Parts: sequence; C-alpha cells; structure tokens
Amino acid sequence: MSMIKRFKVSFSKIFAKLFKKKSACIGIYGPPNAGKTTLSNRILRDWVGNEETMGSISHIAHETRHAKRRNSISIEARGHSINLDIVDTPGLATKIDFHDFMEEGMSDAESKKRSKEATEGVIEAVKWLEDLDGVILVMDATDNPYTQVNVTVIGNMEARNLPLLIVANKVDLPNADPGIIKDAFPQHPIVPISALEGVGMDSFYEALAKQFG
Amino acid sequence: MDLVSEVKMAQMASTEKVRYIIDEVRKGKILVLEKGLNPMEEAKLIEMTMSIIQPEVFSGIEMQSYPSGEDTSILGKLFKKQITKRLTVIGPANQLKTLKKDRNLISALVSASK
Repeated sequence: MSMIKRFKVSFSKIFAKLFKKKSACIGIYGPPNAGKTTLSNRILRDWVGNEETMGSISHIAHETRHAKRRNSISIEARGHSINLDIVDTPGLATKIDFHDFMEEGMSDAESKKRSKEATEGVIEAVKWLEDLDGVILVMDATDNPYTQVNVTVIGNMEARNLPLLIVANKVDLPNADPGIIKDAFPQHPIVPISALEGVGMDSFYEALAKQFG
Repeated sequence: MDLVSEVKMAQMASTEKVRYIIDEVRKGKILVLEKGLNPMEEAKLIEMTMSIIQPEVFSGIEMQSYPSGEDTSILGKLFKKQITKRLTVIGPANQLKTLKKDRNLISALVSASK
C-alpha cells in the first residue's frame, strides 16, 4: 500500500472515530401496567425479529423489576434510519403495597418478595434518568394522565432539556381517550398507539425519528 | 397537617428537603408545600421512599403536584419560562388518597386512621 493510501485509510478511521454519531440511549418510562414492555417487545419484533423480546408481560403490576437495555436497534422512518439503544424500565410508583399482589392471588411470601423487588426496580428506573439522551413516556390512554409519575418524568426531561415523546397506549380499548393526554401535556408530541395490537406504529416510528434522530 | 412555606423549604438543601419530608410523612403527617420540589428532588424523594418501604410498616407516599405550566409574567413570556415548582401535597399512602386531579385542581381524601 502506498504511503498516501495508508495515510488516507488511517485518516478516515480517525475521522470516523471522532465524528461517528453514537446511538442515542432512550428510556421507556411510565407507571406500572402502562404497556412499556409491550411497546419494547413490539419495537424489537418490528426491527430486530428473531422472536427476541425485552421481557414478559403480565396484568399484575411490576412484572418488570429490572431495567433491560437493548443496544443498536436500527429503525427506518421518514426516509432515513436512526440507531437507538432502548432501555425498558420498571414502572415508577410512589407506593408499593404487598397487599395489592395478594389480591391478585399471590401468597404472602411471594407478594412480599415481589414488593421488595419492585421497590429496587423503581430505584433503578430513577437512577437511569441521569444517563439517558431522551425518554419515551408511556401512558395508559384509559387512565387519568395527571399522575405524579407522569408529572415527575416530564418535569425531569424539561429540566434537563432532553427530548421526550409521549405515547398514549391502549387505544384499542373502548374507553381510551388520547385527547385527554394531549390536553394535559400540550407542549410535547403525543402519539396514540396500541402496542399490543400494533396500531399507530408507523406514526410512532416517524415521531421517534423526528424526536431522537 | 402541616402547611410548609416556600421560605422554610428554600433554607434547606435538596437532600435535607427530601429527608425532612420523609421523616414527617413517616410520623403520619400530611405536608402541603407552598412551592413544592423541583423535578429532580421529586425523583430523589421517590427513590428514597422506595428504599424505606417495609411490608406491614410503611407502604410509601402519596404525592401530588401540578404539571409544569408557562410563566405568564412579562419576563416569563419573553423567555418562554416554565413554572416547574407548584403547590404539592405529600402524605403516607395509607392516609392520603387522591380522588381527582387535573391541571389546576387536586382533590384528595385525608384519613386519620392508619
């Protein structure tokens, strides 16, 4: 290899190292049972395939009790591709009562264990807020959006000046009303979807590319 | 129930505020903060609450604050400033229950029994 050619190769390597855009690390947040893991699994299904999932889902709250990260997910939208690291976080809450799990049929010991793990999961989710480039906030479109978890997550993103995308999930349910979420947080982009049924996902990926691309 | 002034909270560092709230709530007090906490302090409060939850003893807190809004003062409008610290009510989860909440109203039920 000639001297000039070698110089060109090393220069381009250095240039690529210096200016290569790293993947944005995006956290999926929300209250328990809003559909965060369902959305994470849907993203993997749409862009990774191989039946890979982020985690299991359940109607019992706090099914996800550890944050899970999946690196380098390439998403094509709006004519270009974006590369994201996605972190599926445990549901945020200000209270965790083991009696709630017992009402779902769990034993006393199981409920207390789940409760303990859930508190650790919330701590982990809060700590992750400091290491993210942006957040997808999943809200249940059948619930009141003015929950403290939503207010705190949005406030943290605004204070850190980081991009936020709100997802009004569960629009497949008859009592879903994404309009209430739009009225509650008009300063942020909101996409109505059903992560479970795959409804509204094209709009979601377009919004994702716009916010985090 | 304690109504806590903005001045009292302003004299404390963030960690002191969170510690003060946790200690008072564990004694069974309901706190109404005139100017609330900033979002990072709210997150810190959630984190510390989780670390002290114990089955049969303490199940956590109920906290409600208003969402951020636009500062409608002339300077606020000029610089598009957001108001992030607004009135906040915090209490033990087994004594304070939020009935209804919207952008500018928090309706809660306070119970004396633990």
